[in-house]
Order: sequence, then C-alpha cells, then structure tokens
Amino acid sequence: MKDSIRSRGRPLAAAAVLSAAALASALLVIPSSGASLRPARTPGVTAHRIVLGTTTPLTGPAAPGYDEIAPAANAVFSYINAHGGVHGRKITYLIKNDQYDPTLTVQYTQQLVENDHIFADVGGLGTPTQTSVQSFLNKHHVPQVFVESGCACWSQPKKFPYTFGWQPNYIVEGKILGAYIKSHFGRKRIGYLYQDDEFGQDGVKGLNREIPHRRVVGEQNYQGTVQGLGAGLGSQVSALQSAGAQVVALYTIPAATALALLAAAQLNYHPIWVVSSVGADPPTLAGLLGAFSKGKAGASLLNGMITNAYLPPETAGTNPWNRLAKAILKRYDKGFHWDGNSEYGFALGVTTVEALEQAGRNLTVKSFLNALETHAKALSNPGLVPLIYSRSDHYGFSGSEVVKITHDGRAISVLTPREITTLRGPITVYRGKPDSIPAQFRK
Amino acid sequence: MSLIEHRLPGAKSLERLRSQPLVWHLLLGVLAAAVLYLLTSSVSFYDNTIIAEIAWYAIAIAGLSVLTGGSGQISLGHGAFMAVGAYGAGLMMEHFRLPLVVPILVGIAAAALLGTVVGLPATRLRGPYLAGVTLALALAVQDLPTKFSSLFNGDSGIIVNQATPPGGVNPQRWLAWISLLAAILTMVVLANFMKSRFGRALKAVRDDDIAAQAAGLNPNRMRVLAFAVSAAAAGLAGGLEALWGGIVSPNSFSLFLSIQLLAGMVIGGAGTLIGAWWGALALVYVPQWTNSITSHLSSASTVTANLQNAVFGVLIIVIMMAAPSGIQGWLRAGYRRLRRRPSSLASALSPPLDLSSTSTPPERTSP
Repeated sequence: MKDSIRSRGRPLAAAAVLSAAALASALLVIPSSGASLRPARTPGVTAHRIVLGTTTPLTGPAAPGYDEIAPAANAVFSYINAHGGVHGRKITYLIKNDQYDPTLTVQYTQQLVENDHIFADVGGLGTPTQTSVQSFLNKHHVPQVFVESGCACWSQPKKFPYTFGWQPNYIVEGKILGAYIKSHFGRKRIGYLYQDDEFGQDGVKGLNREIPHRRVVGEQNYQGTVQGLGAGLGSQVSALQSAGAQVVALYTIPAATALALLAAAQLNYHPIWVVSSVGADPPTLAGLLGAFSKGKAGASLLNGMITNAYLPPETAGTNPWNRLAKAILKRYDKGFHWDGNSEYGFALGVTTVEALEQAGRNLTVKSFLNALETHAKALSNPGLVPLIYSRSDHYGFSGSEVVKITHDGRAISVLTPREITTLRGPITVYRGKPDSIPAQFRK
Repeated sequence: MSLIEHRLPGAKSLERLRSQPLVWHLLLGVLAAAVLYLLTSSVSFYDNTIIAEIAWYAIAIAGLSVLTGGSGQISLGHGAFMAVGAYGAGLMMEHFRLPLVVPILVGIAAAALLGTVVGLPATRLRGPYLAGVTLALALAVQDLPTKFSSLFNGDSGIIVNQATPPGGVNPQRWLAWISLLAAILTMVVLANFMKSRFGRALKAVRDDDIAAQAAGLNPNRMRVLAFAVSAAAAGLAGGLEALWGGIVSPNSFSLFLSIQLLAGMVIGGAGTLIGAWWGALALVYVPQWTNSITSHLSSASTVTANLQNAVFGVLIIVIMMAAPSGIQGWLRAGYRRLRRRPSSLASALSPPLDLSSTSTPPERTSP
C-alpha cells in the first residue's frame, strides 16, 4: 500500500524537474560554431570571412551520388581561400546532413541562420526539403540560392525574393527533349516512363507540350521509393514493349534508368532511349548496371542513349572547365569520383564564387541579390547556356544541349544548346560562346 | 500507513495530495509548465525550435513506452502513426481555416483509428510476429502519399499553413509553447491512464495472461486499447510535427523514424514517462553533435557522414550493458542505492520524508 502511494505521480514530478534541467544543460553545452563571429551589420560577413551553409543528404537512401555535390562545391571554396579568398574574404561552408528529411532540414537551417549566422544558404538539395525552409529563409532575409532541384517553384520573385534556382527546371528540360523527339523521331511511336512525383510529372508536362498526343502509345510510371523500385521495372517496360513504343522517354532517377535498361535487355526490347539529364549520368549508370546485374551487363547498354546536358559532358577531357575541375577536386576533395555529381558541385561552387565576386567589396544581402538579378551574364561558369536571373525570373540555366552516348561512353552533341528564356516561351537556339575561366581561377 | 504518522505535518498533506492521481499529476503539470515557460523565454529562438522538437518526440516515445512498458507489445511501426497524424492534421490545415486544436484532434483520431485496426491482429500475435506486422505497416504507409499523389501531393508533400501567433509572439517560441503544452497534457493523461483501472489491467495482462483472464479481464480488449492510446499519442506528435515543419512529406516518416523512436524508448527506459524525455533528448541532440563536428571537416567521407549512426549504435550498446532499463532505470537505481547508504552524502540530501521507506523493496523494473 505504502509503495503504491509513494510511487504515484513520481514519474511526472521528476519529469518536470529533470526534463527542464536536462534541456537547460543540453542547451548550454551545445557548441555554437558561430559564437566567435559577432553578428555584424550583414550576418556571416566580416572583413576576412564569409560564412555559407547548406543542407544535403550525406547518408540515407538519397545520399549515393548526391553526397558528392557539397564536398565538390567546398573544394572550390578551399581553392579560392588558398588563393586569397573573394575580395580578401575566406569562405567557410557549413554542410549539414539532412538525410533528405524535411524535419531535419527545418532544424539545421534554423541552426545555420540563428546560431551560425550564415550569409546565405547555398545549394540546398531537394524539392520537399527546400520547400520546408523557403518561407523561413525569406522571412529572415537570408538568400536561398542555387537550390539543387528543377522545381519551377524556386522562381517566384514576388513571393520569395531571396530564393534562386540553379539547374534548368524540369518543364524546360522536357520541352527541349520533346522538341528533339518530335523533329527526329516524329513518325515513330513514343512511350513514357516517369517517376510519379513532381520531377516526373513536370518532365512529362514539358514533353507533352512538344510531342503530339497521338504519337504517345504508352505512359508508365513508378513510385520513387525503395519499395517502388524494389520490384524492378519489368512490368512497366514490358507494357511499353507490347504497346509498340519505338522511342521511350525516361523521366527517372539513375537507379530507375538502370532498372529500365536491364528489364528491356532481358525482354530483348531495344527502343531508342531518351533520358532526362537527372537520370542519365553515364559513369553513375555504368556502375548501377554492373551492380544490379551482378556484372552481367554494363556500359554497353548505354550505347545510343539520348539525353540533355547543361554542363559540358564529363568525358570531354579537353574542355578547360573540366580540366580545372579535376585539378581542384584532386587537390581539395580527397577521394572524389569524377562524374556528373562532382561536376555539378564544382560548377555550383564556381557560380557562388562568381556571384560573391560580382557583389563587390562591400558585400551585403542587397548587393548579392543585385549581382544575381542584374549581372547574371557576368557569372562565369561551366554551363553551356547562361543563367538567366532577372528581377522577374529566378530560374537558373535557360536550357541545355542534346547529346548521344557512344559505345565507349562518350557524349557527343547532336543538337547545339537550346534555351527557353521564359517558362511558356518558345525554344530558341543559343548562339553564345561558353564562358572562359575567370581570373581568380587562373592563379 | 502507520509509518506516515511520524512524518512532518507538511508531508502528510503532500501524501494526501499524492493519493489523488489526477490532482497530483495536474499540479505537477502546472509546475512543469511554469518551469518550461521560463526556459523558453530565456533561450534563443532556435533553441525554442529544438525544444518544440524534443516535446513532440517525447510525446511519440511516451506513447510507444506505454505500449511496450504497459502491455508488453513491441511496435516497429510507430512512425506510421505519426505520419497518419501529420497527414490528417496537415490536410485539415491546408484546406480549412480552423482553430489549431481541430486539425490536431483530427490527426489524433485518425491515428487512434489506425491503431485500433492494427491492434486487432495484436490480440493473436506476440513478440517478433507482432513486430513484423507493425514493420509492414511502417513500409506500407510510407508509400501511400506517392500512390495517391493527387490527395497527398506525393514526394513533394503538402504545405501547411503555419498559424500566425497572437500578439506578436515569435513564431518559434509560439510553436515551442504549443508543443510543450501538448506534451505536458499528454504526460498527465498517460500518467493517469497508467494509474487507472485500465493501466493496472494492462499490467496484469502483460505479466500473466491467464491470471488476468481469471480475474475477469479481457486481455484482447486491453491489448487493442493499448495500441489505440499509443497510436493516438504518436498521431498527436505527427500533427505537431506538421505544424512545426510547415510541410508534411513522406521523407519525414521513413522506416528509420520508427526505429529511432524505438531506440529513444530503449535509451530512455521503456515503460517510464520521464524516460521518454531522455530518449527525445538523445534523438535530437546526437545528430546535432555529430553534425556540428562533421560540418567543420573539410571533406565529408563515408566515416564522418555515418558518425551519427555509429554514435547511436554505441550509445544503445553501452546503455544495454550498463543500464538495461535505460537512463531512467539507471537513475532510479542510483537514487535508491544512495538512499540506502546511511552515512554518506545521501542522508544529507534525502529529505526526511523518505526515511521511512528505506526498507522498501526495489520497484519492479519494466521490461
């Protein structure tokens, strides 16, 4: 009896006191990495330092491949720091592993803004993850720039003036691939296979704006989850085969592309594959094909695949940007793999440095945004088409070229760069030259 | 009862208070609310975000703890109940402008309903088989948002209208208050539940099915009830998470979340409500610590990226070896040991009120 009275309510009594004490002590011991940095007039900027931050998956299902991007961008910053920084300021890049989980993105982004006092959130990865912090960053006047996703939602300058996309959005990509299919395979029967989410649906939207509906004989999709891909894509591919599709457009992530190619090879089905740049990086695909088939298949399946590219193909060994990228990564990103992901991170790092350079010696959030909106053409970077930021558009790369993968894994251009300068506008030929390497990277 | 007589007069009224669980728990709840109010007002806005997160994690773990500690059932799918709560509340918040409490209640109801349905097979399944069913649930629910993407907007998730706080209160502090209030209410309700007729019946069923039946209890009904209550708590946690993050996306409710909740419960101590707070602290702060270490390293390697998982693994192994009943069990045992040693510091620390109970046998530790 005594015992039951004694224990009654104890858990809660202790809970209140202990949890409060624990919270208080835990908050005290958390090291605030920005503690040394006095928040000056512009957060994250002192005479000698610029603090940038990002959230990206370094572990978890989304990590393979994507975990190369932030370290590659950081390598560019290390290089610049070793060569005097940007206007004398060295860049610190704080990389937080959000595992592609918006819950963690919210938490880490607030930490970056309020504890680490970052100047800008640069290269945050993913649509749901970055959507979850878009309002927060804009409310706190922290630039959310070069978001690593092709969602059209990054360009809403009225509602989100601090948000800027980077890669071409999925609709623009889809339109360019659709136009290529229409002009080169206009008489063939066409099938789609896409990931059933914003990425795949936007891509199909773009394709449909160019390809006449009567040409499309089959549309298949899959769920972009571990379970969705676990069963392979055999049934979808077989349905496209029975529908008689001679050209198959894929809006797929690399793992799904590899599964589709393997399923088709097993069915002895050999359509012309047209694959979005998101899921068409040859080194990544070759690795996946080998792994999924236990070494029975490999890069040979990629022969003849058509895809689009807004960065120089990584097999273009003589491209000066690629040579620079490999030299910098070799020195500052130990153990890097040269593929589409590390190239992407490198290009994003270069764009960041260029934007900070353009913003001038007196770096403020205003001067930084102004540099993006009014000097977009001056941001030298490896891209094949320009970044088209303006006061009314925050999209990023304006288009891409179309390439074909050869039997030895090289990408050769089959359509020179095309661009779409507004989302509903026409496709035009881009006649500009690639940017040359700016002075601060030639030291 | 005679032992109480030679206590201080004040202690007597305290004992009387404790004999009324509801009054006592509410009193402690108010006390906790006051302490936490002071805490939220004195720390930064970011820390308020973290406090809110700890609060809703604690709610979910407390719910799981009632299930495992109370009725001895294991769930590997509590992330799914959180997801249902989050989507239920999130959809309401997205489409209707209602007082905050309505969407949260809808989320709780949806999760409790699913909990009841999942609890039904639990009447026939035990141990690993039940764990298997709940595991399947976690995997299945995670796929629904992409399967029915017109309703749930697939992988991109639904954007939740975050209510504007009244009177110019900072939104992060406002969210911390909401979450803490919900957490305190949950703790009061769960503490009462466990002390109630149902709670005692649950323990009877856990300890001996046949004896419980002989005493006129219906074990199956008790097991389903435990599942429903536990799922309701997880649903509340999910609704709060939706409000907190401003987005509900399947990526927040992976199988990993369910495993994490289980790990949090084991770390804190299964079957105790304070243990839920220790577990929540571990779930929030271990990734924080490892991330603040790795974000300063120049290159992210596989080792640094997986530091968090390694630390969690080591933490669980150490706790299982050193304190099988979790942090809370370890603290309780330590406290008891201190009290038994008469000459030490403990006699100075321990209040006179407790002297009578030195001969008390150790409390039964929950599995």
